[in-house]
This record gives sequence, C-alpha cells and structure tokens, in this order.
Amino acid sequence: MSTPAVAASAIAREAGSLRHVFRWALPVAVILLVVPWIVPQYTAILLTYGLIMAIGALGFNLLLGYTGLLSFGHSAYFGVGAYVVALMVKYLRVGSMELFLLGAIVGSVIVTAVFGFVCVRYTRIFFGILTLALSQVLWSLAFKFFWVTGGTDGLRVPTPSLLAGLATGTGDKTDFMSHAYYYYVLVIFFACVVLMWVIVNSPFGKALQAIRDNETRAEFVGVQIWRYRFVAFLVSGVFTGLAGALWVPLNGLTTPDIMHWTFSGEIVFMTVLGGFRSFAGPIVGAIVFNYLKTYAVGYTVYWQLLLGAVLVALVVSLPTGIVGTAERLAARWKKGG
Amino acid sequence: MSLLVTKELVKYFGDTHAVDHVNFTVKHREVLALIGSNGAGKTTLVNLISGLFPPDGGQILFRDRDVTHESVHGRIEAGIARSFQLVNLFDQLSALDNIALTIFSRDHKTKKLVSLASADGAVWDEAYEVLRLFGLDAKARMLAGGVSQGERKLLDVAVAYALKPKLLFLDEPTSGVSTREKAPIMDTVTSVVRSMGISAAIIEHDMDVVFNYSDRIVAMHQGTILADGTPDEIRRNEAVRTTLIGTADAH
Amino acid sequence: MEVLLIHLVNALLYASVLFLIAGGLSLIYGVMRIVNLAHGNLYAFGAYVTAWAIGGVAAGAPSSLLLVLLPAGAFAAAVLGAALEPTLLRPFYKRAEEYQLLVTFGLLMILEDLLRFIWGPYPLSASELFENFGSLTIGDSLYPTYNFLVIGVGIVAAVFLWAFIYKTRFGVVLRATSQNMRMASALGVNVNRVYVQAFTLGCFMAGLGGAIVVPGQSAVLGMGVDALVLAFIVVVIGGLGSLEGALVGALIVGVVREAGIAWFPEIELAVLYLAAAIVLLVRPAGLFGRP
Repeated sequence: MSTPAVAASAIAREAGSLRHVFRWALPVAVILLVVPWIVPQYTAILLTYGLIMAIGALGFNLLLGYTGLLSFGHSAYFGVGAYVVALMVKYLRVGSMELFLLGAIVGSVIVTAVFGFVCVRYTRIFFGILTLALSQVLWSLAFKFFWVTGGTDGLRVPTPSLLAGLATGTGDKTDFMSHAYYYYVLVIFFACVVLMWVIVNSPFGKALQAIRDNETRAEFVGVQIWRYRFVAFLVSGVFTGLAGALWVPLNGLTTPDIMHWTFSGEIVFMTVLGGFRSFAGPIVGAIVFNYLKTYAVGYTVYWQLLLGAVLVALVVSLPTGIVGTAERLAARWKKGG
Repeated sequence: MSLLVTKELVKYFGDTHAVDHVNFTVKHREVLALIGSNGAGKTTLVNLISGLFPPDGGQILFRDRDVTHESVHGRIEAGIARSFQLVNLFDQLSALDNIALTIFSRDHKTKKLVSLASADGAVWDEAYEVLRLFGLDAKARMLAGGVSQGERKLLDVAVAYALKPKLLFLDEPTSGVSTREKAPIMDTVTSVVRSMGISAAIIEHDMDVVFNYSDRIVAMHQGTILADGTPDEIRRNEAVRTTLIGTADAH
Repeated sequence: MEVLLIHLVNALLYASVLFLIAGGLSLIYGVMRIVNLAHGNLYAFGAYVTAWAIGGVAAGAPSSLLLVLLPAGAFAAAVLGAALEPTLLRPFYKRAEEYQLLVTFGLLMILEDLLRFIWGPYPLSASELFENFGSLTIGDSLYPTYNFLVIGVGIVAAVFLWAFIYKTRFGVVLRATSQNMRMASALGVNVNRVYVQAFTLGCFMAGLGGAIVVPGQSAVLGMGVDALVLAFIVVVIGGLGSLEGALVGALIVGVVREAGIAWFPEIELAVLYLAAAIVLLVRPAGLFGRP
C-alpha cells in the first residue's frame, strides 16, 4: 500500500514545514539571544514582560485559534500562577524559582480542571460568559480575603533565586532582571514554543482543529468532544498560569487587577493583534501589545481610549492580525516577483 | 443473520411520530436504499441508529449487541459510520487532513499530544490511498472548503469510509449535485463498498439511482416501513407506486 | 423583623437596577444575537449624564425640576446607542462572534476613557435629590424614601416592557425578528430598523438604570465594568435573551447579594458567581432560556 511516491510526499510535507519553521525561528532566536547586550536594560525588561505574556497568549490561543473557544477568563489562570508564587513566599518562605514554577503548575492544573469541567460543555458566547464569570469568582476572593491576599494592596514578591541558587538577585535588581532573569525566561519561552508547536501539530492538535471546524462531524469520526476540549483547556490554562508565575517576580507585586476580567480582555486583544489564525500570531501580538501599552500609558492618561481605538480599527481592517497580514503581503509579493 | 436490527424503534417530535415502531434490518454485504418522501422518517431513523439523538422507545442491535444507549463514539467503535446530507466536513483542513484526522481518531492516536502528526507515515499513506479510491487524490492539498460540491459529497463519504465501518449510512450522497455527476459518485461509492465487503444503507430520492445501485429497497412513509424488497418487488409494489413512485413519475 | 424588611427592600432596590441593565443586555441579545461588552458603560454613561444634570447644571433647583431631569441619562444613553449600532456594530453581524465581542470590548475601553475625559477622574454625585426625598421609618430605623422611587421605576419599567413587547405591533415585529431574522426579513420587516430600535431600547434601559441609581450613590469610573459582570450573572441565571429570565435573575441576584452583604460579606460575590455556574450546570440555557 505504501507506494514510494506517497511516502516521499509525506516526508516532503514534514521537511517543508520544518524548513519553514527554521527559516523564521532561527534568526528570531538568535536576535532574542543577543538582545540584552545591545539594547538598554529598560527595553530588555520590557521584552521580558513581552515574552512572558507571549507564553500566556500562546496558551490562550490553543483554545481560540485551534479549538474555536473564546475564553474571557484567562486572567484567572494567570492570577493563580502569580498568587501561588506570592503565597509560597508569604507562607512557606520559598525563594526558588523552580519551586515557584512547580507550584504554579500544580495550582493552575487544579483551577483549570475545576473550571474546565464546567466550561467545556459550552461553546460560543456561553463559553465566553461562563469563563468570565468563573474568573471573577477568583478575583472577588483575591479582593475580599485581604488578610490572605493583601486585598487591593496585593502581595510583594522578592527577587527569586534561579537554578537552585546558581543565580541570585542580591546585586542590582535591574541588572539581574535584564540579564539573568531574561535568559531564564527566554529558555522557558523557547521550551513552551516548541512544546506548543508540537501539540498543535500532533494528532491531538488535529482533533482540536476538527472540533473547531465542525463539532458534529468531529463527534462522528469518533472524537470525544468534551474530553478533548477539557485537555485543551487544561494545557491552555497551565501555559497561562506559568506566565503568571514568571511575571510576578519581575513585577515584584501582584494585585487583584490581574485577576479581573478586563485583563482577560487584554490577553484576547494581544492574540488578535498578532493574529489568532497563525501559530506565531499570539507571540508577536503579546510582544507588540506590551510595548504598545507601555508607551500608550506613558504618553497619555487616556491610554485605554487609544488602545480601544486600535482594537476597533484592527478588527475592522486587519482581522487576520499582524502575522496574518504579513503572510498575505509576503505571498502577494512572492507572486508578483 | 442480520448486521443491524431495530426493534419497535420510536421517536416523537412533539406530536409528530417521526419514527413509529420501526423494525428495520440491514444484512451483511448489501447495498440497501432507504426511500420515502420528505418527512417519511428516513433521516430520523439514521440519526437514531448513528446516535445523534436517543430514541423514545425500542431497541437497536448491531452484530447482536444492544447499542441503543451507546454513545456516538461507542457506535463508531462497534462499526457504524455515517455521512451527512448537508456536507459536513472540516472546511479549514485540507482534504488529506480530513481523512488523516479520521484515521488518527479511528486508531486512537488522537490521544497523542507530544508527537508530530506528520511523522506517522502509515496514516498519511492510508489517507492518500482512501483519497485515491474516491478519485480525490489530486485534491489532497486543497482545503475541504475549497473543492467542488460533487467532490465535497465524495469527500464526506470518504471520511465516513476511512473509519473502516462494517455498516455505512449515506444520507443523500448525490443531493445538490448535477444529474451528470450522480452516476460517477454512485459508481465510486458502491464499488468501494462492495469491494470492501461491507454494508451500506443509502438514503436517496432519485429513483433511477435507487433502482440501479441497490440490492434491496426499504420504503418509508409517515414514520413507518411501507415496503421492503428487491428493486423488482418494490417496482411492482402497489402501495409504493401510489404513495411514492407515482409522485416521482408525475414530474 | 424590621431588619428583615429592610433587607428585603434593599434586595428589591438592587434587583430593580439590575433588571434594567440585564434586561437591556438580554433584549439586545434576544433580537440581534450580539453580546455587547460595552453595555455596562452605557449604564455608567446614563449615571454620569444624570449626575451632571442634577448635581451640576441644575444644582439647587427644586426637587420637581430635578425629577424631570432624572431620565436625562436614559435618553442620552439611547441617543448614544442609536448612533453606535449602525456605525460600529452593523458591519459585524455577518462576521464571526469573536469579532463582535472584540469590537464591543474596544468600545468598552473607549467609552471608559471618554467618561474620564468628559467628567474627570473623580466621582460625580447627585445626592441632592436623594436627600430632598428625606426618609421614613421602618420600625426603629430610618430608611431613605428615594429607594422606593427606584423600586417603583423598576416595576413600572418591567410592566411597560411587557406591554410593549406583548401588546404592541412593534413588539410583534421584534419577537418575529428574534425568532427568525431571515423569515422576518422575507416577510418585509426592515431588519436594520428593528435592530437599531432594539439596540436603542436596550441602551435606554441601561441608561435608566444608571440614572435612577446615581442620586443614591455617586457615578464613578469602573462602575460600568462591574455592572456588566453582574448583568452577566443575571442573564446566565435567567437565560440569555429572555426578559422574564432577566426579571427573575435580577430578583435572585438581588436577594442573594443582600443576604451576602448581611451574613457572608467576604464571599458574597463568589457565592453569586457560583450560583450562576450551578444554574448553568443544571439548566444549560438558564431558567427561561431557549436551549
């Protein structure tokens, strides 16, 4: 049955997609590796924020882009990651980043499992509203249980020690964050990108896309919809939880704001900005959004108005986002040239 | 011995008796046509057997096993697959991906999160083979949403076929395509079914298609079975002539 | 006993305002199948306009004039809605739901800052009217009379809306469009006009909610965003698209919230959200929703 031509084309298919990946991923990876040595510390720190949000948005887009579910509750998992770290500092006096990450993964698995159990039965707008409402449960708890969470004052998180004490932030914090911590985040970012790329290109990832395209037919080729959505929900939430855990030492403080549903809206925003139909979209979107927001906030008190206008303009004129538009332009240029 | 038996199967929609105490059988290795006017209960019967919704009463036995309360997944595992009247595909995946996904699902490989789908050569080879059987190999790389209506109908059948079922339900495989395209589609579908030694139950409105391609015909009317027999028997059946074919001849 | 009575009146007060907000949201969804994330901002807009009219422009005027000015916020929100629907929302009806949500989220951000831009970052109050109404005694306690006006407005709004939708010609057209937009369109209904009317009516209700709430509590930034989430809980419990559902949902949320404030303040909001989640688990389409 396996004719040589068929086998060869299957191999060509894989090589083709890998070549495509390397053409883009390798240069970008090299740039990211040298960035802290060529840009100001402040820019490097902003990029660190961007990379962290990219991990969160990547997780979010497994649901939106690949499973067809628009969550308005991802602030909850981001917040769980951040608060687990803050609570580990407060109650267990832990200072190791690896333990933080472990704790955040465990915490976000538990929360996403509970939320996912409820939410995966719904689609479309109902899924959005339900995730939003559930995330607000956590927000209100973080807000009201001030003796545990510090209420609106939030909880402080000191600079952690990396790699079991190999690197500690005893010196200049800015220097530590823009170099040691930057590389720490970068490595995790690379790992997350590779892992997510494999997941969306796995048979499991194909099943998710089938569910996105046509739920009924997916069921009639034997895909158990709720089960697959649940696993996607779990993976998605854990990625975002991980982002929260990486974010909190950099920010030094966590407040209930990151649990509020409007922060979920920002995660949606950055993903659509980059383009939710492409793998790299959320990465590009998160990094660009982070700069955009930082400059908008610095430029005017009416930054929300500015960002809101950008969002409306984006949805009206560039629905495929930055990456989708760039791909289209590149294709047209290739065809013309 | 029959492949599939329904016993007194019942489904009501409000006051409508969509399927009213139906005893329906499919034998091994046969191509059966299910005919009847709109609203006769054909599609409802297929929906009940394939598990789209549960019956209000009665029993479904498949290979002597009671599957009445089995999930859709369980029925597929048992060997029941179906296509849809309105084409139901994964439009943003390629034709090849549509089949490959089905094979991954059938082989329980969609549980794999951390392995590249493209690395599984056997699945892609088989997917190509299925496309070739249905004459769709030239369209392998095109998005399922982007091929012609006739090709979409065939791809819809091919997806169901790729599950390697023992019984294949085809809900109007030639509806919505031109008369010229009907025969090639039916030729392809029935030759695949016969060569694989499986059974197919085909819902069909076009009487030429029905009489040309089926071994047995079941005629439904107002939720019940009106007649059951060979094409010749059905052609001569008085009740069928007055309620169904008579109207078919009229236009 | 009086304490219980006061709690009950408070619950009704809260339910009245919530019904106006959630009812508008549900009406818009029922007819147009669109969820407006900026709906809470229209409520806030109504509050700001009324506060500005009563507490600013006409400050010191007799109560009767202030009362006449009270609905200003509702009309302002209606005008804003009538302007927004054809310009911003109409291009999105044929697009995927994600884009509709995103465009209204962008609108939310814009409106939030527009309020800040027009009226500044500080709370705006219109307490004069609230104080002019004085208070009455329930048992041994004093209770503000104005709150009964709010409850009255809520009841009148519910009755009017019911009559409007079930007794008028416009109501028939509205219901037909919500049942089947294509069919209504084929029968000669001008769907564009119905949409803009429904959206305007929904915004009017939200603005009215803001207008009647503002004498009792100030208009502040962020009130819209918080109100939206509560309105979501109401429609999740009652069923998205159903006005009866919005009414019952608002009463349930009003009672649960008042009980929460009285007996379990820390988890008051959490209990509300959990109640919504449980309703969804048991009845996926909500109490009055179409599945």
